[in-house]
Amino acid sequence: MSDIKIKITDRQGVLHEVDAPTDMNMNLMEVVRSYELAPEGTIGICGGMAMCASCQCYVNSGHDLPEKSDDEEAMLSEAFNVEDNSRLGCQIHITPELEGLEVELAPEEI
Amino acid sequence: MITTDILIIGAGPTGLFAVFEAGLLQLKCHIIDALPQPGGQCAEIYPKKPIYDIPGFPEVLAGELVDNLMEQIKPFQPGFTLGERAETIEKQEDGSFVVTTNKGTQHKAPIVAIAGGLGSFEPRKPQLPNLSDYEDKGIVYMIKEPEVFRDRRVLIAGGGDSALDWSIFLADVASEVTLVHRRNEFRGALDSVEKVQQLKNQKKINLITPAEVRSLEGAEKLERVVIEKTDSGEKIDLEVDDFIPLFGLSPKLGPIADWGLEIEKNAIKVDNTLDYQTNIPGIYAIGDVNTYPGKLKLILCGFHEATLMCQSAYQRIHPDKKYVMKYTTVGGVTGFDGSKKEAPKAVVKAIE
Repeated sequence: MSDIKIKITDRQGVLHEVDAPTDMNMNLMEVVRSYELAPEGTIGICGGMAMCASCQCYVNSGHDLPEKSDDEEAMLSEAFNVEDNSRLGCQIHITPELEGLEVELAPEEI
Repeated sequence: MITTDILIIGAGPTGLFAVFEAGLLQLKCHIIDALPQPGGQCAEIYPKKPIYDIPGFPEVLAGELVDNLMEQIKPFQPGFTLGERAETIEKQEDGSFVVTTNKGTQHKAPIVAIAGGLGSFEPRKPQLPNLSDYEDKGIVYMIKEPEVFRDRRVLIAGGGDSALDWSIFLADVASEVTLVHRRNEFRGALDSVEKVQQLKNQKKINLITPAEVRSLEGAEKLERVVIEKTDSGEKIDLEVDDFIPLFGLSPKLGPIADWGLEIEKNAIKVDNTLDYQTNIPGIYAIGDVNTYPGKLKLILCGFHEATLMCQSAYQRIHPDKKYVMKYTTVGGVTGFDGSKKEAPKAVVKAIE
C-alpha cells in the first residue's frame, strides 16, 4: 500500500487534502468519488471514458502530467469552463510522481 | 392511449432485458425513450466500445449487446415510443398509471418500471446569461426540419460530427452559414472535415476558429451575436436569424425527479431486499437509475434487478395466481408472435 497526498478543492471552494493509493489502478475522478467530494451523479457520469466532462478539473501545481489523449483533447474542446490547465480527472492515473498534486474541480455543467 | 402490462421508461440494456423476463411471464411491455433509437448509453455514448463483464461474453461491443438484446426480445413484441421523454405520471382510480410524454403520447399500465439510467439525454447548452430569452426565438438545439432554415442566416457552434454535418447540409439551404468552434481542430469523420474545408474555400461556409459566442442580442428575437476570437481577442459582431449550438447531449434525471419518488444521490431509492420497488407501490426502478445500500451501476446488476422486478410485477397484476419459476431450458420460450424456441427432444431408440 503506497499513498500519495493530493490537494483537491471542491466545487464549493473547500480544500481537501486526501491520500490517494498508487497501487489500485485508480484515476483522479475515482479518488474524488471515493472521498465523496462531489455528489454522486455529478462526476464521472460516463464512467471514465473521456466521453463527458463531468470530472473536468484545473491542475494548479506544476506537475508533469501525461499528454492528453485524442479523446480527452476532443472532449475538452467541447466542454464548458475550459482553461489552459483543464484536464479530465478520469484520464489522470494516480502514480507516485503525482505526490503533492493540487487540483480544483471545474463547475458542474448545468 | 397505449395500454400494456409493464410500461418501461428507458430502452437501455436493463429496460430491454426486462421485456424478456416479463415475456416469460406472459406480460406485455411498452418502452418509452427520449433518444430516437433503443440502447440508451450503449447506443448513444459508446456503441463501439467493448464491455468485458457481461456473463458469458468475454468481450462484446456495447452496440452489439443492444442488437443481441433486441433480437432476444423480438418474440415478445415490445412497443416503443422513441424520441419522446416521459414527462408526467398520474395514478388512476383503478390503481394503474398514465404516463404522458413531452409530445403528449399517453400510456396506461398497472406497472411502471423506470430503467432510466443516467436520465434522459438533453442537449448541452452554452453558458450564456440570456440564453433562455431566445430559446425557440432564434435558438434551437436540434434540427428537425432543415427547410425552416431556407434563405436564413444561420450560426452553428460546435466541433463534432453534428456541427460539421449540419453546416455542410445547411450550406445549400441557408443564405449564410457560419460555423464557430473553440478550437481549430474538429472531431468528426474525415470526409466531413474535408467537405467543410472545401465549402470554406468556396466561401459557402464562414468558418470562425478558435472562437466562442460571447453574447446574444435582439429585442423580440435573436438578431445579433458577438463572437470572440480566442487567440486574438478580436470581437466580431454578426447578424443572424438562427443560432444552433451543437455541443452534444448530457443526461439529466429530468421530470422523473418530480414524480414524488424518494431520491438520493441523483438516483431513485428502491427496496433491494425484495423487488426494487420505489416508495410508490407499482412503480419500480431498475438499473443505473436506482440506489440502495451496496448498489453497483453495472449492466449485469440491472439484468438481475429487471428479473426480480418482473416477478413482483406479476404478483401485483395477478394476486390470485400461483407462479413457479421455470427454466427456459425446460419450458422453452414462447413468443407473443407464435414463435416457439425449445430444447431439442432426446430420442429414445434402441441401438442394435
